This record gives sequence, structure tokens and C-alpha cells, in this order.
Amino acid sequence: MQARSHKDSQVRNDFVIRIGGDTAIGGVISTGENFTTAAARLGFQVFTFRSYPAEIKGGHAWFQVRISNRPVLSTGDGVDILVAFDQEAYERHCGELREGSVIIYDSDLVQVDDGRFIRYGVPFQRIARQELNFARGTNVLVLGLMAGLFGLPLDCLQDLVRLRYKRRAELVEKNLEALAYGFDYTKKIRKEDKYYLGTSDHVSRLIMSGNDAIVAGALYAGCRFFAGYPITPASDILESMARELPRLGGICLQAEDEMAAIASCIGASYGGTKAMTATSGPGFSLMIELLGLASMTELPLVLVDAQRSGPSTGMPTKLEQADLFQALYGGHGDFPRIVLAPASVEDCLYRAVHAFNLAEKYQMPVIVLSDQSLSHRTQTIDMPNLSRLPVVNRLQPGDGASEEYARYALSDTGVSPVALPGVHVHTYVAPGLEHDERGHPNQSPQVHEAMTEKRFLKLSSAAADTDSPDWAPRYGHPKAQVGVIGWGASEGAIREAVERATAKGYKVAALHPRILNPLPQAQIREFAASVKRVLVPEVNYQGQFAHHLAASLGISPVRFNKIGGLPFTPAEILGKIEEVASHV
Amino acid sequence: MSDHPRSTAGGTRTRVAPRPEVVRTAKDYKGEVKPVWCPGCGDFGVLSAVTKALAALQVKPYEVVIVSGIGCSSRMPYFMSTYGLHGVHGRAIPLASGLKLSRPDLTVFAMGGDGDLMSIGAGHLPHVAARNIDITCVMMDNQVYGLTKGQGSPTSPMGHLSKSTPYGMIAKPAKPVLLALTYGATFVARGYSAQPNELSELIVEAVQHKGFSFIQVQSPCTEFYNTYDQYDSLVTDLPEDWDRSDLRAAIDLALTEDKVHLGVFFEEERPVYEIEARKFEEEVQPFDLTSYLRRFA
Ligand code: SF4
Repeated sequence: MQARSHKDSQVRNDFVIRIGGDTAIGGVISTGENFTTAAARLGFQVFTFRSYPAEIKGGHAWFQVRISNRPVLSTGDGVDILVAFDQEAYERHCGELREGSVIIYDSDLVQVDDGRFIRYGVPFQRIARQELNFARGTNVLVLGLMAGLFGLPLDCLQDLVRLRYKRRAELVEKNLEALAYGFDYTKKIRKEDKYYLGTSDHVSRLIMSGNDAIVAGALYAGCRFFAGYPITPASDILESMARELPRLGGICLQAEDEMAAIASCIGASYGGTKAMTATSGPGFSLMIELLGLASMTELPLVLVDAQRSGPSTGMPTKLEQADLFQALYGGHGDFPRIVLAPASVEDCLYRAVHAFNLAEKYQMPVIVLSDQSLSHRTQTIDMPNLSRLPVVNRLQPGDGASEEYARYALSDTGVSPVALPGVHVHTYVAPGLEHDERGHPNQSPQVHEAMTEKRFLKLSSAAADTDSPDWAPRYGHPKAQVGVIGWGASEGAIREAVERATAKGYKVAALHPRILNPLPQAQIREFAASVKRVLVPEVNYQGQFAHHLAASLGISPVRFNKIGGLPFTPAEILGKIEEVASHV
Repeated sequence: MSDHPRSTAGGTRTRVAPRPEVVRTAKDYKGEVKPVWCPGCGDFGVLSAVTKALAALQVKPYEVVIVSGIGCSSRMPYFMSTYGLHGVHGRAIPLASGLKLSRPDLTVFAMGGDGDLMSIGAGHLPHVAARNIDITCVMMDNQVYGLTKGQGSPTSPMGHLSKSTPYGMIAKPAKPVLLALTYGATFVARGYSAQPNELSELIVEAVQHKGFSFIQVQSPCTEFYNTYDQYDSLVTDLPEDWDRSDLRAAIDLALTEDKVHLGVFFEEERPVYEIEARKFEEEVQPFDLTSYLRRFA
């Protein structure tokens, strides 16, 4: 291989590979996943992003992975290597290639006319059909080509293929053959590019998606009831729960609709079981009435909203951060709810645990706002250390059969002990109606006022718990002029942009709250006061978080909104930071 | 008590205690809150029948949960001494399902009116029946929206005049018993609130039945659609020697329009969801995050 003769200084070992093709070809996404898993197993850090067609069969799908031997924070900018299974893949993505980028393509199907790219044309499908007599082996053949070209050892991929097809022995040999063919084929190619994975730290990490991490955190926190209705991009949470919960003594219910899903969770929570549902925008809209019931009856509940592009059916397989208004303000009447927004795959795991803890401690619904990019991207993360993360359970009345029990007793924190049917002899009705301290219907103005205050007092108590740097970490220049406040899955791109801006000499810092209601007000005020200009990038049209900051804290940030279904790139945010910095 | 009450294995629940320490009477199941229903409302009869049934079963009030929707009849939980969950319009069934699935040790009722169970929440009935979750669903059918003051409902007869149907109801009335039968409910009965003793016997049987039970109760609304005279003449017992295992005969009878039959139309044994869903009960392990995460390595 020519690459091995490259001098180390010229080798690029932090690069972005994008693989695109029609899903009818088969294996476009799995080629990328297998390459990613092999790299991660060798100790490389990865960050993936995928885009599916909304159609079930056919339609263009693509997968992207950024690989490095250093921590990877975002999808990166542009594309270094494009693997094009068909002409559409080339045409859609060539705009993101740059001088010196590589394109590997099916030379029978793709016409590459741009001389700025380094081109490796290989007749993928013809080889699979004619040489290997295995048409379905195209993706594994391409995997072999990629491994040979960019420096993944063959044995690691062979292990992976054996694992993937372990239940279908007849396919193992055919796939191994296709893999070796692709790998050996690269020996005939003159390598002209500079992309090559060097050595890694060989630390074993986990590679998981945001949805995987949420499930792991929820199970750790004690979630033993899940109900959901299939919806992209949250369905795999339902599927994981369906697989795991029965073996843990829990129940997973595929409900008949989203109202039934959240209602079942409220019923389970009433019985003392920690419960969660997961959905996306359209389902979240249907759940809102029952969200109010959970808050009114003061029952713990975790609701994951994996946001997608809306409104209506919108773009089901694309991302957007546009459900924030609904999470913060959705529903009739005044009622408190806690809203969390994990910032990365790793954060999903921790915040899922926090979500349950807050729900239990403050007896109210907790919404976890994730999005399509976080749900389905995979990232390498370190093995979590949860030994110091306590699991909280709701306050219950003592065993003494005191006659004084009042389920909704007013208290200093707003929290009152909750009796459980079959466990505590004190009975009560969890009421959708306004009620007095004992839960009896009462519609007097005084009672409505006192009870509304009680319910919102819990939110203030939660704010006291969460207005801390743990919940709103600050990073960047200590005397920054430009301050970026972001939320949710944009953190990696923002962090990378801040690093690059700092390297260019800009004084910039960022704050990334993981809790959006109640806002960590002291952290945000202090941060905003410490900079000259605040910039809020978010993937929505209306600037929903900027609006929330303005309404809650009187901060009027520079808004930077992106729509279109794709996440921010570091370069986009860097550009905006430079623009804002030039005006301070 | 532990933080997480363990459900009794296999979903068996407290039944008639052989030698109860205290003998409970129907009054012990009545709550402190006095019913707010209009004088003569059929729902009084249902309340009385439910409390009688619970007394016959001698279940502990704190092991019973009445889950309801919204409407006059759905106020039921407040008037009882048991636990209760007064939910959202139409959602009594899924609220009760989540509770029963996670706590099979409890005796769980889902109660509501014809608006709740035949209109806004009608989409839940087929699924709870198909799953055969062991809850007792009591539908108090007054054929009218009482709480909102008299509009026509899905069980109002054709031509019914109300403020929302000033020129007569155009839709054909739903047949709740027929629907429950075809949806696969494993216990289907009809009662009449003016016959609370008979109704309480139906409720006892429904609670004892393992699986989803559905009881339609004709429960007249004195305020907006007083049907007592009509039902007094229409109701009749099931035919003699009724075979409650015969689904086709039950469906035929449920189609009958000239008479309103009271009693248990149908009963069958079928696997119960919350028991089937616990097939790993014996080998349940505590969750170990480190070993769980190994699959992602
Ligand atoms: S309006 Fe009708 S159903 Fe409602 S309480 Fe009065 S009589 Fe009963």
C-alpha cells in the first residue's frame, strides 16, 4: 500500500466518511455501521449521523462517520471521503466535498466529472455478482475496500462479520470472501489520498446511540414500566424496553395510541412503579392533555420526546429542535413540568437517571427533549461511573396509620408524601379536579390558588437543586466577549466552534444548560452578564430558546437559527461567532 | 414497607378472605364525600351495587382502585373509601391498564359513562379486551351527556331530541354489549341500576373473573333523559338455561332490540396479559448497568 510510505505529518487521521445510496441496493447504512464499530473497537473515537428516507423501500439513505484518535465532538464540517453507491449519492453529496477529498464509487453506475477529487472507481455490483456470485455482498465488499484504503486491519472486520451473521452460518463464508476480495482489491489501487487511521489508544469504550443511552439510564434509575406507540425516531426505545423489561420484572406495553401510552404510565406511576414513555412531536402533541393530569395529580412520570422536523407529519426522519415551546408551555391551565435536554449520547445516560430522580423527588412529569440526530447517532463514550449517582424514590407516608394523612398537604417544598394502593392503608383519590389537601374536589378560589402555588413551589424547589454548574457547564475563555448559549444536541458543534474561535484569537465562551425548565437562572444571568453579546444557535425557525430566555430573564440574544433537517456544523457556528465578535 | 411493593407472583389477588378479621359492610366502602348526583340518578344504584359487591368479596378498601374518566358517573371514586384515580375524559381504560399491568395484586375498576367508553375513549375498548387485562370495566350508560347538560350521546336512539340534536339524532346507537363481545372481552354482562342487588352480583362475578370484564349498566339520567319507565318494561332476564360459553348466541342476543336482557351474556377463560407478560418472573435479575453495557463494547 502506498499509504504506508506517507510521512506521518501528511497523514490525516481525523476525517469524515459519508456513504450514500438507494436503500434498495441494501446495506448502505450497515456498511457505515460496520466500519464504525470496527474502528471503535480498535480504540478510535467516532461520531455518526444517519439520514433515512421516509419511504420504507427505496429512496436515498446516507450514513456519515467522523473518526479520530482524539475525542470527536460533532459531525465535523464537509466530507473528506464519499462512498457513492449510485449517481444520486454522488450528485447529492459532491457539493460538500472539497479539494483533495476522496470519492469511492461504483464505476459502472456513477459518472464522476470533477477533477478536484481523488477518485477510486470500482465496479461494486459487477464484482459482487460476477466475481463473487453474491449480489447481496456489495456492502461487505465496499467495507473491505474502505478498510484496505484507510487502514483498518482485516482481522478486526472478519470478527465483526462473523458476529453479525452468527445466526446464519451460510452467509458467513460468502461475506468473509467478499470482505477479503475488497480488502485485497485495494492493493491494486494506487493510493493518492492522505487519509489513514494511525494508531489509537486501544482504550475500550462503548459505542451507543442516544436512544440506547436513554434506555440504559432509565433501567438503571429503576424504570419498570414503559408504554409507547411506534414513531420515528423513538421506536427503538420501545423495542429495547420490550426486550429488556420482562427480564427485569417490568412491563413494556405497545399501546394503541399515544394517549393510551402516557395514560398507562400514569396508571403505573399511581401504583408506585417508575414509568416512562417515549415519542416524537406528533405523539407528544397527543399526550399533552394527560401531561396535565400527571402534573395535577402530582405523579412522577418521564416523557422522552425525540424531536423531528415538524409541523404536522413534517419530515419524520430529520431533526429539529422545535418542540421546545410545546415542552415548556404546552397544555391547558397552569401546571409545572421539568424539561431536560441532554447534550450528547453520554449525557443521555446521565440525564435519563436525573429525569427519574427529579420526577420522583418533585412528583411531576419530566420531559426529556432529545432529537433525531441524538436519538440515532452513535458516539464512543467512556464506561460510565454511576456509583456516585444516587437513585431517588418518592416520599411516602410513614407506616403509622395516622388519621392525619392528607395526600396533598401543603409543605415548605411543595412536596407531600404519596400513598400507594395496596401498601398504605390511607386511601386517596388522585384527582383531575382541583382539590383540597385530602384530594377532595374543591373549587373555591382560595383552594385553587393555594394548590396552584403548592404545585409550582415544587418547581422552585427543583430550581434550587439544579441551578448549578453541573446542570449548566460553562467553558471557553474566562473573559469572553461573545457568549454562546446552546441547548440539546448542538453542544458538540458549539464546543468545537468555540475551540476553533479561541485558537483564532477570539474571546469566546459557551454555556450549555441541560435543564430548560426550571432555568438555571443564576448560571445564565452570571454568564450573560460576563459577556458583551449572547448568541443562541438553535435548529428551529422561531428561536424558541432565545424567546424563553428573553421572556424569563430579559436577555435579548443574537439569534442564529438553522432549519432544513440537519444539525449545525462547527464551521457554521464559527462563522456566526466571528460575525458577532466583529460587532462587539 | 418497601419502596416498590412487589406484586404477588402470577397476578393472583385478594379474594374473599376465608376468615376475615373484620367483617366489612357496604358502608365501609363508601367515602366521606357525599355524591353530587341529581336525585334519582341511576349512578346511585351503581354506587350501591359496587359497595355491596366489594363487601361480598371482603377485599380491603386499600387494595381496590376505582379509575374513572370524566362525566357524572366518573365522579364515582370520590364517593368511595377505596383508592381512586379520576382521570381524563376517555382514558379510564388505559389508566387502569397501566396500573393493573404493573400491580396485578390490586383489584382495579375502570368506570365511566357512554361518552367516555363509547365515544372519546372508544378506541381503547378493543385493545383492552384483546389483551385480556384483568380489570373490571363498568359502563354507566345514560344515553346522554349529563355533565354538559343533555347533549346526545353515541348510545342515544335514532331520532333522539336534545340540545345538540334539535332535529333528531341521525346516527344509529352503538351497542356496547355487542361491541365488547366482538372485541374479545372474556366476560360480558348487562345490568340495570334500578336493580342494584342483581347488579352487585354481576360485579362480584366480574371481579372474580380472571381477565377483562365489561358490564354495561343502564343507568338513567333523571335530569336529561329519564328512561326508568322505558327500561322497567324492557328489561328481562336471560333466556332459561343460558349457555354463557356460546359466543354466537351471545352476539345474537346482543343484537336484539325489542328487549333489554340482563345478566352474564358471555364468559370464557383466556390467558391474562399481565400473567403472560411475566413469564420470566422466576428468573428476574436486578439490573446491573455494567453488564448491560457490555453489549455496546
Ligand atoms: S345530570 Fe343526569 S347523569 Fe348527571 S347526575 Fe344528574 S341525573 Fe345523573
